[in-house]
Amino acid sequence: MASRRQFAWQRSVSRRVVLPAAGLLLATTVLMPYLVMFFTAVKPDAELRATPPRLTPTVWRFGNFADVVRDPSFQSWLKVSLVVSLASTAVVLVAAVPAAYYTARHRFRGRTAFLFLVLVTQMFAPTALVVGLYRQFFEANLINTYAALILTNSAFNLAFAIWILNGFFASIPREIEEAAALDGCGRIGTLRRVTLPLAMPGVVTAVIFTFIAAWNEYVVALTLMTEESRKPLTVGINSYVTAYEQHWSALFAASIIAIVPVVVLFASIERYLVGGLTAGSVR
Amino acid sequence: MDVATTAAEGSPPVAAPSATPRRRSRPWRQNRWRQGSWPALLWLGPSLVLIVGVVLYPAYLLVRASFSRYSITGLYRGSAGTDNYTNLAGQDALPTVLMTTLVWVVAVVAITIVLSLGLAQFLDKPFFGRRVVRWALIVPWAASLIMTARLFVWIYDYYFGILNRFLQWLHVIDGPVDWLGDDSTILPAMIAVGVFVSLPFTAYVFLAGLQSIPRDLYEAAKMDGASAWRTYRSVTLPLLRPALLVAIVLNMIYVFNSFPIIWTLNDRNPGFSHDTTITFMYKIAFKSALRDVGMSAAMSVVNVLLILVAVLFYLRTVRWREEA
Repeated sequence: MASRRQFAWQRSVSRRVVLPAAGLLLATTVLMPYLVMFFTAVKPDAELRATPPRLTPTVWRFGNFADVVRDPSFQSWLKVSLVVSLASTAVVLVAAVPAAYYTARHRFRGRTAFLFLVLVTQMFAPTALVVGLYRQFFEANLINTYAALILTNSAFNLAFAIWILNGFFASIPREIEEAAALDGCGRIGTLRRVTLPLAMPGVVTAVIFTFIAAWNEYVVALTLMTEESRKPLTVGINSYVTAYEQHWSALFAASIIAIVPVVVLFASIERYLVGGLTAGSVR
Repeated sequence: MDVATTAAEGSPPVAAPSATPRRRSRPWRQNRWRQGSWPALLWLGPSLVLIVGVVLYPAYLLVRASFSRYSITGLYRGSAGTDNYTNLAGQDALPTVLMTTLVWVVAVVAITIVLSLGLAQFLDKPFFGRRVVRWALIVPWAASLIMTARLFVWIYDYYFGILNRFLQWLHVIDGPVDWLGDDSTILPAMIAVGVFVSLPFTAYVFLAGLQSIPRDLYEAAKMDGASAWRTYRSVTLPLLRPALLVAIVLNMIYVFNSFPIIWTLNDRNPGFSHDTTITFMYKIAFKSALRDVGMSAAMSVVNVLLILVAVLFYLRTVRWREEA
């Protein structure tokens, strides 16, 4: 009895102390680089060149953020990023929702072929095809246009959205739709008023994933958007630190502004992330 | 792939002859929902246009470009036969680049998988603050890779980087190390960043896998007096197999295609000695003195084939072991 009680006590110590402590250590380790990013972002320029380097600033210069936000170049990059990400997300939704719904509800000739095609596009990263993409948009005279970047982002994130949504649609009982149809809902009405709201977690997951993927996209933007006024954040902010000038605090202040919203968005779908990922691949 | 099967099982084909009488008695199902293949084209149309127009067509252009000659400004100058491929094979840097690629992919994927298994096991346990840890883990996943990569350039900096300071404080190193400038440290330094950004996704896939394992299996193992390690080996790992497979294959593809980390961390080193085939391909087309679209396209085609072969080879090995 005594040993069992001791065992239980050890278990509770492990649960109350050891695990949370290990968790704290882990969280700190994972976040440490980004803390360095933040501390550097609020250092005055003079402190960046201090040797030996200090982790935290002696003078906290939060004005670095204001400087970046007021920088016309930054505003331009931010605008491009927003336009491209929002438009790509919209295009993906318009294309993925009907495709995912139809493939989840129907068996038809070419269904397997279509789903396989979607899977293949997921295997191709834009990076692998970037020379081909460059040729295409070069020949179409679309270098330095929003359209080029929006189309690319949409096409390469379509697969993920279709798979996620397909899983959600398939999990909605057919009977619910049949009931709606009996109540006089048309095909589109059923989809819009019954099925889509039920599949909302899937839609939200697909939207946030696509937005973040487009927001973070680098290599295609680097290749297609060479004009200063067409560069998104990921490409533009690199001009803060070049061989000629090093504004590390500006670079990191801008990075933090770009990273924080997407982390919050990502965390908001954390609950569905695991489910969404399992719907797409693990099962 | 599995979604497709689930969907198919959950929804018998509308036009199937085996439809039950109950179903047949609903005219709207047959009249309004069942039509030829034109509606399919309508519903799938936008997706098909995107896939064909922006994935398959550029892929075709890529293959065509790999057999073509281009001027330095990118204008088509006619067919080149297989010249681009022979030129590529003749590049002095190619063996080094292939070796770097192999080490990069194998090291990042292997370390990521092992660490993520432990991480997922840990996060599967209920404890105070677990949610915070899971949110912390999301940051490297959600953050832009290029921004994270530039952050590590700063952390690794010889003079001003915090890493040298930290390691000297711990007495791990005696003097500062030029992590990104030294031939012996740059690849491990890049691999560390690669693992850091691949961990979250992989851990989350495993976590999902762990949570799908029925709890009563663990209770049964406990009743049989199995040790924790034995339970892990005989219950958890076999049931985690699908998750493991997906995580390895997807990570292989992601890591192989990874661009920003190597592009950024290797930025100030001349030549191609620490490039993978992906950054090598990019430099051939856009950044080096070569400026050769044709040869770059040839490298891209080889890249796609390489990753395809690697994934198939891996899947075969796994299947073979399963059968044995």
